[in-house]
Amino acid sequence: MPRRIYITGLGIISSIGKNLQETFSSLMQGNSGIRHPEHLGTTLRSEILVGEVNASLEELFALAGLPVQEGFSRNALLGIIAAKEATSSTSFKIDPALRTGLISATTVGGMDRCELYYNDFFTNDSKNIYLEVYDCADSTEKIANLLGIRNFITTISTACSSSANAILLGARLIRSGRLDRVLAGGCESLTRFHLNGFNSLKILDKEPCKPFDDRRNGINLGEGGAYIMLESEESILRTDNRILCEIIGWGNACEAYHQTASSPDGTGAYLAMKKALEMSGLKTEEINYINAHGTGTDNNDLSEGRAIEQLFGSKIPPVSSTKPFTGHTTSAAGATEAIISILALMHQVIWPNLNFRVPMKELSLIPVDRLLTGQLIRNVLSNSFGFGGNDTSLIFAKPMDGNLPGYPQTNPIQKNG
Amino acid sequence: MEELIKKLKKEVIEQLNLEDISIDDIDPDSPLFGEGLGLDSIDALELIVLLEKNYGIKIEDPKDGKKIFYSIRTMAEYITAHKNQ
Amino acid sequence: MAFINGIGLISPQNTIDPEVFLQSIVEHKAEYMKSVDPVYKEFLDPLQTRRLSRIIKMGITSARLCLRNAGCEMPDSIITGTGLGSVEDTEKILAELPKEEKFLNPTPFIQSTYNTISSQIAIYLRCHGYNSTYVHRTFSFESGLLDALLQLEEKSAENILVGGIDEMSLNHLMVTRRSGLWKTEIINNLELRKSMSPGAVAGEGSGYFMISASPVPGTYARITGVETIYKPSDFAFIKEKTIGFLQSNGLNLSDIDLIMVGVNGDDRWDGIYDAFTSNIFPGRPVSWFKHLCGEYHTATSFALWATANILKRQMYPPVMQLNDLQPLKIENILIYNQFRNINHSMILVSR
Repeated sequence: MPRRIYITGLGIISSIGKNLQETFSSLMQGNSGIRHPEHLGTTLRSEILVGEVNASLEELFALAGLPVQEGFSRNALLGIIAAKEATSSTSFKIDPALRTGLISATTVGGMDRCELYYNDFFTNDSKNIYLEVYDCADSTEKIANLLGIRNFITTISTACSSSANAILLGARLIRSGRLDRVLAGGCESLTRFHLNGFNSLKILDKEPCKPFDDRRNGINLGEGGAYIMLESEESILRTDNRILCEIIGWGNACEAYHQTASSPDGTGAYLAMKKALEMSGLKTEEINYINAHGTGTDNNDLSEGRAIEQLFGSKIPPVSSTKPFTGHTTSAAGATEAIISILALMHQVIWPNLNFRVPMKELSLIPVDRLLTGQLIRNVLSNSFGFGGNDTSLIFAKPMDGNLPGYPQTNPIQKNG
Repeated sequence: MEELIKKLKKEVIEQLNLEDISIDDIDPDSPLFGEGLGLDSIDALELIVLLEKNYGIKIEDPKDGKKIFYSIRTMAEYITAHKNQ
Repeated sequence: MAFINGIGLISPQNTIDPEVFLQSIVEHKAEYMKSVDPVYKEFLDPLQTRRLSRIIKMGITSARLCLRNAGCEMPDSIITGTGLGSVEDTEKILAELPKEEKFLNPTPFIQSTYNTISSQIAIYLRCHGYNSTYVHRTFSFESGLLDALLQLEEKSAENILVGGIDEMSLNHLMVTRRSGLWKTEIINNLELRKSMSPGAVAGEGSGYFMISASPVPGTYARITGVETIYKPSDFAFIKEKTIGFLQSNGLNLSDIDLIMVGVNGDDRWDGIYDAFTSNIFPGRPVSWFKHLCGEYHTATSFALWATANILKRQMYPPVMQLNDLQPLKIENILIYNQFRNINHSMILVSR
């Protein structure tokens, strides 16, 4: 019987909330975080809409509990804030008996600072500290240092599926017995670098994005940080943490079609979802909700839609993309949407696919366009599909055995309903 | 027009890194995409940048590119019609 | 069991031909050690790869060399470790950005994402299997190897293509000079050990390995284990971890016949290697590799290529010898590398 892996902590910051509670409220109230950027210094400000965290760099330092100082990127701060929240239950202590890992994901790294100081690097020494902060490993090591995690750390970058792959690796390391618990997730801040990059691909929507809508026109870039704490049963016996849900399946496959496009039939997406389902042992009809990747591009939504139709046949479960809430948080998207999926599971709701009006001609799939409460949700499938065809799917489940150590008799966030 | 066509061929070869292709290899009326040179969607985006950078012509919707970039000649005609608008 | 069934390496030495092992040594006396490029047109379809930057061509070519060497047409999984990704493409964009936020070319942006190498290999091969990219400094390649070992244990794959790749450019060297990583003087790479000064000599390379569940006639060696140690509290901790690592793989300290270390000529950090070998493996032969490939985050991929060849050919090349001792037998080799006393890693390779 393979080792079971539970989720006991969640931490998140995005354009719809600076913590889990705010995120949950925004989702329940249908409040999107998409607006013109305020903090990102871009000349495209009036032309584009993004999901920007509503905080300046100084405010992020405060949220992270750190004094304002040189050598921290906005990216790292977003990661630190979310990582700290995920471990904020009093039972996260560094325990020599528990082998603890940190797997983080990012693609921009410290670019939000380095793009500002690039010329300085050639001409003077005043910004040298930011040379250390440039790469993907920096935010991971800052989080590890602040939380005291040492046993195993690494960083993954697979574009928009990065933090989903971080969760996947974390689960595998626990299942293999190498680690007892893993903090897994990712962070990505807005930068002019990738904002302009995506703009050059002509896939930014000047309006709020409309996933799975026939009128869709592209993405709204977003930013954020999101981490989940994965624990084995043995770990929970020591930490006494509450179980929020379980991760029961995962799948990673490659589209192998084109650097920026998925194949019309969504081979990679299909394979990733299929692998996750097979691992979980579930039948397709046992999936109660799909939190889709649903970026709002012509290509992704068609490709993903076709893959879902192919896998689920005539019995497609409720589907929605929550990117109209948060924007596309790229490397943080996998973990952001994992948390949003877990919230759906914990509260028995299905989140709406905002901005949807016109079904796509090519698909029978129609996303859920309003908040549905009082649902029976046992298993949620969360999709993250990245540029270059890095496709990953995760399945979260409500553990049905109430006798597990730490399993709450009542839902822990229920009081905030 | 012929001068512009020659100039365009050179710019296209450079922008799209068509290393083994010379100006004489490109027939101005042959399709650039699909058959012919076999260019793809990224090349189309690169051509949009070329038009904006070198000729000041902005193409908002990449879907318009299909007609404009059909061949070197259609590109030249579009440029002549829209330059510095 | 994890068998190295094939290798493809592009590096600052003549490493492209798998029949040849350090027969002629390339000397470098320049700002950094540049890889010996093959004629890419001979390995790649020019039309398919015309817009690919150098690092991606290096990656795809070395991956193809590896597959050919292993006699395998399609891997089950593709994993890449890279510390810095495509430096050339990233800096192209950074140079353009300050001017104005328009006219950005899409091609360098697409190629600047770290996963582009692993994806392009998959696209070239049409491989739909597991695909991932690790980007954690000198843990990048080791993380990829660990992932591969996990897949063999899980039995989710039988043939896994794992690579370590990083590139250098004069531009990047200029930018990063201020971080104090590199030597300020130009030296001959073969004189590196004599250079008592701060900084290393930068290098680059792309090494892909076929890690398989079963051996083939051309198998090089076995990867017995991989370990990463983050921010060790003191030397005693490193020693304890090393002993534990070997024991968990059924070996004692005395079973290690040769230690290969990441000495790179940086006098601020090379002492760590001296402490490691003299305290934990006194009287053992020690070899080094960064005088041949330079310093880069995934340089241990070069070390693994060398180690695999030493084990397969049962010969210990003089140019790699750091001390004068000769191994009594060549069965188990330990590769040990560290970066600024923060990221320490070990790869245990056996016959």
